[in-house]
Amino acid sequence: MTQKNRLDGGQIDRNTTLNFTFDGKTYAGHPGDTLASALLANNVRLMGRSFKYHRPRGPLTAGSEEPNAIVKLRSGARQEPNTRATTAELFEGLAAKSQNRWPSLAFDAMAINDRFSNFLTAGFYYKTFMWPAAFWEKLYEPIIRKAAGLGSLSMQADPDEYDKGFRHCDLLIIGAGPAGLNAALTAGRAGKHVILADEDFRMGGRLNAETLNIADMTGADWAAHTVAELSALPNVRLMPRTTVIGAFDHGIYGAVERISDHLATPPTGKPRQILWRIYAKQTLLCAGATERPIAFENNDRPGIMLAASLRAYANRWAATPAQRIAIFTNNDDGHRTAQDLHTKGVKIAAVIDTRPDAPRSHDYEVLRGAQISDTKGRLGLTFAEVTLSDGSNRTVECGALGVSGGWNPNVHLTCHQRGRPTWDDTLAAFVPGGTLPPGMTVAGAANGTFSTHGALKSGADAARKALGIKGRAPAVPDAEDAPITQTPFWYVEGCSRAWLDQQNDVTVKDVKLSHQEGFRSVEHLKRYTTLGMATDQGKTSNMGGLAIMAELAGKSIPEVGTTIFRPPYTPTAIGALAGRMRGKEFHPTRLTPSHFWAKERGAVFVEVGNWLRAQWFPLPGETHWRQSVDREVTATRASVGVCDCTTLGKIDVQGTDAATFLNKIYCNGFAKLAVGKTRYGLMLREDGIAMDDGTAARLAEDQFVVTTTTANAAKVYQHMEFVRQCLMPDADVQLISTTEAWAQYAVAGPNSRRLLQKIVDSDYDISNEGFPFMACANITVCGGLRARLFRISFSGELAFEIAVPSRYGDALMRKLMEEGEEFDVTPYGTEALGVMRIEKGHAAGNELNGTTTALNLGMGRMVSKAKDSIGSKLSERPGLNEADALMQVGLRPVDAGDKVTAGGHLMNATGPVDAKHDQGYVTSAAYSPTLGSMIGLGFLKDGGNRMGETLRLVSPVTDLTVKVEVVSAHFVDPEGERVRA
Amino acid sequence: MIINHPLLGPRDSAEFVYLGAAELMNRPDPETASADDWHDYAYLRDNPAGTHRELWFHEGGDRSILIVTRDTTTHEISAVELARRGAPK
Amino acid sequence: MRYSGFKVIKEALTGHKGWKPAWRDPEPKAHYDIVIIGGGGHGLATAHYLASVYGQHRVAVIEKGWIGGGNVGRNTTIIRSNYLLDGNEPFYEFSLKLWEGLEQDLNYNAMVSQRGIMNLIHSDAQRDAFIRRGNAMILNGADAEYLDLAQIKQEYPFLNFDDARFPIKGGLAQRRGGTVRHDAVAWGYARAADSRGVDIIQNCEVIGFRIENGTCLGVETSRGFIGAGRVGCAVAGNSSRLMSKAGMRLPIESHVLQAFVSEGLKPVLPGVITFGAGHFYVSQSDKGGLVFGGDIDGYNSYAQRGNLPVVEDVCEGGMAIMPMIGRARLLRMWGGIMDMSMDGSPIIDRTHIDGLYFNGGWCYGGFKATPASGYAFAHLLARDEPHDTATAYRFDRFRTGHMIDEKGMGNQPNLH
Repeated sequence: MTQKNRLDGGQIDRNTTLNFTFDGKTYAGHPGDTLASALLANNVRLMGRSFKYHRPRGPLTAGSEEPNAIVKLRSGARQEPNTRATTAELFEGLAAKSQNRWPSLAFDAMAINDRFSNFLTAGFYYKTFMWPAAFWEKLYEPIIRKAAGLGSLSMQADPDEYDKGFRHCDLLIIGAGPAGLNAALTAGRAGKHVILADEDFRMGGRLNAETLNIADMTGADWAAHTVAELSALPNVRLMPRTTVIGAFDHGIYGAVERISDHLATPPTGKPRQILWRIYAKQTLLCAGATERPIAFENNDRPGIMLAASLRAYANRWAATPAQRIAIFTNNDDGHRTAQDLHTKGVKIAAVIDTRPDAPRSHDYEVLRGAQISDTKGRLGLTFAEVTLSDGSNRTVECGALGVSGGWNPNVHLTCHQRGRPTWDDTLAAFVPGGTLPPGMTVAGAANGTFSTHGALKSGADAARKALGIKGRAPAVPDAEDAPITQTPFWYVEGCSRAWLDQQNDVTVKDVKLSHQEGFRSVEHLKRYTTLGMATDQGKTSNMGGLAIMAELAGKSIPEVGTTIFRPPYTPTAIGALAGRMRGKEFHPTRLTPSHFWAKERGAVFVEVGNWLRAQWFPLPGETHWRQSVDREVTATRASVGVCDCTTLGKIDVQGTDAATFLNKIYCNGFAKLAVGKTRYGLMLREDGIAMDDGTAARLAEDQFVVTTTTANAAKVYQHMEFVRQCLMPDADVQLISTTEAWAQYAVAGPNSRRLLQKIVDSDYDISNEGFPFMACANITVCGGLRARLFRISFSGELAFEIAVPSRYGDALMRKLMEEGEEFDVTPYGTEALGVMRIEKGHAAGNELNGTTTALNLGMGRMVSKAKDSIGSKLSERPGLNEADALMQVGLRPVDAGDKVTAGGHLMNATGPVDAKHDQGYVTSAAYSPTLGSMIGLGFLKDGGNRMGETLRLVSPVTDLTVKVEVVSAHFVDPEGERVRA
Repeated sequence: MIINHPLLGPRDSAEFVYLGAAELMNRPDPETASADDWHDYAYLRDNPAGTHRELWFHEGGDRSILIVTRDTTTHEISAVELARRGAPK
Repeated sequence: MRYSGFKVIKEALTGHKGWKPAWRDPEPKAHYDIVIIGGGGHGLATAHYLASVYGQHRVAVIEKGWIGGGNVGRNTTIIRSNYLLDGNEPFYEFSLKLWEGLEQDLNYNAMVSQRGIMNLIHSDAQRDAFIRRGNAMILNGADAEYLDLAQIKQEYPFLNFDDARFPIKGGLAQRRGGTVRHDAVAWGYARAADSRGVDIIQNCEVIGFRIENGTCLGVETSRGFIGAGRVGCAVAGNSSRLMSKAGMRLPIESHVLQAFVSEGLKPVLPGVITFGAGHFYVSQSDKGGLVFGGDIDGYNSYAQRGNLPVVEDVCEGGMAIMPMIGRARLLRMWGGIMDMSMDGSPIIDRTHIDGLYFNGGWCYGGFKATPASGYAFAHLLARDEPHDTATAYRFDRFRTGHMIDEKGMGNQPNLH
C-alpha cells in the first residue's frame, strides 16, 4: 500500500505501520497520524458531505475546529457519529465510515439538494410547508427529518465506562503551545502546583506544525524538551488529550481527558474518558488562534483548506492533499505555508495574494493583487479561476488550495461567563476583553500576541503575574518576532455561493438574504441562517458572517454584535458528563439492616426513593402478588406480622427547649406530652399545607424521637434545622438524624405483645397496663441489648414498633421470626403495610401530596389555636377553608366485584362527567382481604357530610367507570378498640 | 460554585441545599402581625439583580445554615456567615 | 407579503429580490393605546392577538435588545397541555389548540410538530398521580393515554429496560404534544403583528414608568418617553427587575434553567420523552440535535448560565434512561432566566396601579403557553377583564389561599 502523498520528515513513527479502513477500503498510516492526515497521505481528499446540500467535502483544518471531515468512527455499540477525522488518532484496525450520504460518498443521491439550492435558501422552510396543516407531521417533516441529521447512533447502550474526578492547582494552563509551555515552565520551576492541559495528544501546539526555531533547536524539539523537563517536576501535572470544556463559577473548570480513544478498545479497568472538575486558583488561557478563511465562489471543494492547516499536515504529519498546490492569502502567513510546502517538495502552482504589494518569491510565482473567482472539481479541486490585478482571468491547475485570511484568537473560554470579547483594529479580530472569568488571564496568540517570541514571553509574564512570582524574569529563548498586521479581507467581491459555514451550508448569499429580510443582529443572523450552529460551533465561520453583515448594514463589526461562545469548547460525549451514574448506579441504593434476611426469604423488593424495601414475601405456590399480600394482611390481623420500617426518618431532638421546639414544628400541641408517651403529630409548611406526619416520642424531659415518612425524611430534617437555626436561634435544642442508626420493626397483630414479651427483657412490663397505647420507653431485649419500644400502630392492630442499633437489625428480625414460630409470625412488606393503612384510613404520601391541608385530611381541629406553630396563620386563609372543601373519605364499590382506581375522579351519581362537575379524586386504593372488596381513600368536596352517598368513580384514561359509596375512611375497627387491646 | 464556610473553609456548593432568600428569617411576630404581613413574608421577594442575601443549608456537611451574600448577576460571593445567632464564629 | 411555496419558487427563479424585511423598524411614536414591554414570545403574541382578535392597532412592543432574544429563543421547544389542576389545564389546552392553528393564523411555518410527549412512570405512587392527571386532562377536553410497560417497550425499544435503577412501569402520553421551532414563534408573531400595524421597537430599554395619582401614563425609555393608555409587562425572567421600577415586589424569584443540544443525529426519538425518576427530558429537533434539559440550578440568578453539577445531573438522567446516547456529544449549553413563582403557576393580572398590567411567573412552562398567554393578556389589556381560561392567574391568590400548585411544593420557588 503506497502513501502517495506522504512527504519526508514529520512527527510520525515510520517504523510502525497502522492499517485502517475508510468506507471499507484499507489504508496504511503511522503512529502520530490522525485519521485525516493518514487519509491525505493516501491521496484521499473526499471525507464527508455537507449538511444541507450534501456537497462533497474534505478537511478544511487540522484540528478541533473542523467543520467538514466528520465521520462515523468504530462500529457496533462503540459507533461514534460525527467524529472529526482531524483529531481522531490513528490506531491499528481503526474503521471509519463517511456519513450523511446515500448510497456512497462519491455518489450521494441527496446531492440533488445542491441543484435546488436556490429554493433552499436561509429560512425557506419558515415560508412554506404550511398547507394543508396536517401534512406537516405526515409528509413534510418526516422527509426533512430523514434528510437532516449527520451521523447515526448505534442505538445500543454505550459499552464503555466513564469516570469523574477532582483536581486542584495553583495555576491551570489551558493549551500547551509556546505560551502555555513557557508559562508552565515558569510556574513549575517556582514550585507552584500547575496543571497543563491540551486537547492534542502531542503537546507543543503550533510549534509542532511550524519550521520555526526556538533558541538553537526546532520549535517541535523545544516543545519536546520542555515537556520532558515539566514531566520531571513533581508539582506539574501534564494532561494531554484533555479538553477544557468550560469555565464555571469560582475557578471551577470542566475538562475531559480522553484515556482510551486512541486505542481500539479501552484496556480492562480503564474508562474511555474522565471528566475532571479542576479547581484552579488562577487560570492562564493559552488556547492559541484559529486561522480564518476567505469566502469565494465554490470555496468548499475537497482540497481547499486553511493554509496553516496545509502547513501543519506537511510539517507535522508529512502529508499533503496534493502534489500541486496553490495558496490564496491576504497576509504574510500564507507565504510561510507556500515556503514550507515548497521546501517539502510540493509544487506551488501560485500564491494568489490580495495585496498589490505582496512579497515576491524566488521559489514560486506570486500573483499580486489577485483574487480567486471560482473553482472547479466535483469530488476534489482541479482548477482555481483567478482574477488578476489587471482584471484578466487565469486558470491555475491545483489539487489543493490553501486559504489564509488571518487569525482569530481563541477567546472561547473567556466568554463562558458571558464576558464579551473586544474588537482590536490592528489585528482586525476580536481579542479577550471585558469581564473575564475571575482568576483568568490570557497569553499568547489567544490574547492576540501572534509571534513565537511574543507567545513565549507573554506566557512567562502572565504566569509570574498570576502567581505573584518575584525576582528577575529569566530570559526568553530566541524566537521569531515578526510584527503582525492583519488587513481584513473577508470575501471576494461578487461571490454568491461562497461558503461561510461549510457544515451547515451557509453562504454569503444567505447572509445577504438574512439582511434583506431584517435579521440583522448577530443573534438573528445565526438563528435565521444557522450560521455557526454546526458541530464546529462556528470556529471558522462566525467572523466571516459577522463581517459581511456589518458591511451590508454599513456598520462596524462590533456594532453588529460580538459572537459569544458557550460551553463546551468542543462537543463532549454525554457519557463523560454522566460518568458512572448510570444503570443500577444511577442513584445510590440504600439497604436496611435486614435486607439480606429478606432476600433469603425470597422477598420482592421495590424502590422507595433510594431505599429498597421488601414489597411482599411470596411463598411457594403463590403465583400472583395479590395472593402473597392478602395472606400477609390476613395473617397479621389474625395473629402477628413483622414489617421492616427502618426507612422511616428518625430525628433525635434534645435540649431543654425540645418540647417548645416541637410545639412550633407541629400544628398540634407537644408542650405537655408526658415522658414515656408518644403522640401523633402533623406538621405544616409555613403556607399552611400539610408537610408530613409522624410521631414524636418523649423519652426524657429533654429528649424526643421524631419519626417522619420515608419520602420526606430529608426534607423534614432540613425544615427543622431551618426553624432551629433561623427562627429559634436562641432556643436550647439540638437535632440529629438517626435514620441510619436504628433498625426499626413494626410488630403488629393480636399476638404482637406475646411475641415481644419473649424477647423484651423481663425488667420491662409491656402489658396493656404497664405499657398502654402510645407508650414509649428505652428498654433492653434479648438479655441486655438496648432498644426503644413504641406502642404505635399504622395497621390498626395492637402493635408496637421496636428499634435496635442498626447492626443488630438483622439479628433482631431473625430472632422475631424464630420466637414467632409458635404464632405463625408472618413478615409483611410494603404492599400489606399499604393495604392495612388504607383499611385503617391513615394518610400517607398519596394523601400528603403537598396540596392538602389538615382540614382536607380530616384533622382540621388538630391545628391548635392556642399557640403559634409553623403554618398555623396561613392555614386560616379563606381559600383553604371553603365550605365545600375536600375532605378525606373512604370509598367502597357498590358492586363488590368492581375495581377502585387511585387517580380516578369522583362525579355525582348523575349529571355530566367533566372537569366542571368534578367532586374529588381517589388517592389510594387496594384490595382489602378483610372486607372482601377493593376499597379506596379519596378527597371529596364536603366529604364529611356525604356519608352513604353513591358516586361515580371515573377514570377515562384507564377506561373505568364504577359506582362507589362514600363511607368512613376507617374501614377497620373505627372505634380503635384493637390498638388499645 | 465554592462557598467559604466560616467553620469548615471552602466547600463546593453541591454539598449545600439552597433554601431561598435570607428574608425568610424575618418571620412575622405571631402576636402582632397582620394577614398582609404574613402574605408578604411568605410570598413576596425582593429578587434583586445584584447583591442577594440567601440561605444555604450544609446538608452534606455540618448541617449549618449559612447566610451567603452573592451577586445574582455574576455569582460572586462577598460574605458568608452562620445563620444562627450566637453560634461559634 | 404572503409566504407560500409558490412565493418561494417564484423568488428562487427571480433572484430572491422580492423578499422584504419580516417586520419594519419604526421610530417610537409619542403615544400608543397599548404599550407592551418585552419583545419575547409572550409580548409579541399579545400584540398579534390585540391586533388580530381585539381590533387594537395603536400598539407598540418595546424590547431592550433584539426580539426573541430571551427565553423564547432559549428553551427546549416543548408544547403540551398535560396539567393536573383546573386552574391550569383549560388554559394550556387552549394554548395547544392555538398552536394547532398557528401557522395558518400567522402565515409562518413555526414547525408545530405534534409527535407526542411521553411521561415515564417509575413507581406506583407516580402511576396514581399520572392517572389522576390523565383523567383531569380528559375531563378538561384534552387528550391523554396511559401506556403499560409492554406498550412502552414497543414504542420506545431503546429505553433502559434491562438494568434500570428505577424500572419503567408505564407512561402517560399526550399524542398532541410535541415541539415547535422556537425562534420562528417570535418571528412569526412579530411579522404578523407588524403586518397589522403594530410597531415593534427594538433596542429600546424601559428605564421607568410614569405614574401619576396611581395611574400609569406610559414608560420612560432609552429612546424617550412613550405614552400609553395601558402598559402590559411581559418580561418573564426579569419581572422583578422591571416591576420594582413601579415599586412592586413580586411573588417571584429568578432562577437559571440550563438547556442542552447535541450534535445532529439521524432520527432517534419519535417525540418528547420525560424521565420520571431523574431530571431529564428530551426531544430531537428537525435538524437532528437532541434537545434536552433537566432541573433548574436552584439558586437565584440573572446570569443566563449555569454550573457543572446540574449539567452532570441532567446527563446522568439521560444515561440512566437511554444509555445509547453515551457517545452522542453535547454540542452547546445555555441558560435562561425563569420567573419562578411561589406556586409554580403564572400571573396574568392587573396591578394595583391603574393602566399597568402584568404577565409573568411562567417558571419553565412559558414557551408552551405563548399563544394562550398572548391571547389572554390581549384580552385583559383590551377588555380589562381576565380571559375565561386565565381567571385563576391572579396576584391575590396567595393572599386568599387559592394557590395553583401542580407539584405541591408550596412557597419555595426553586422546587417548582
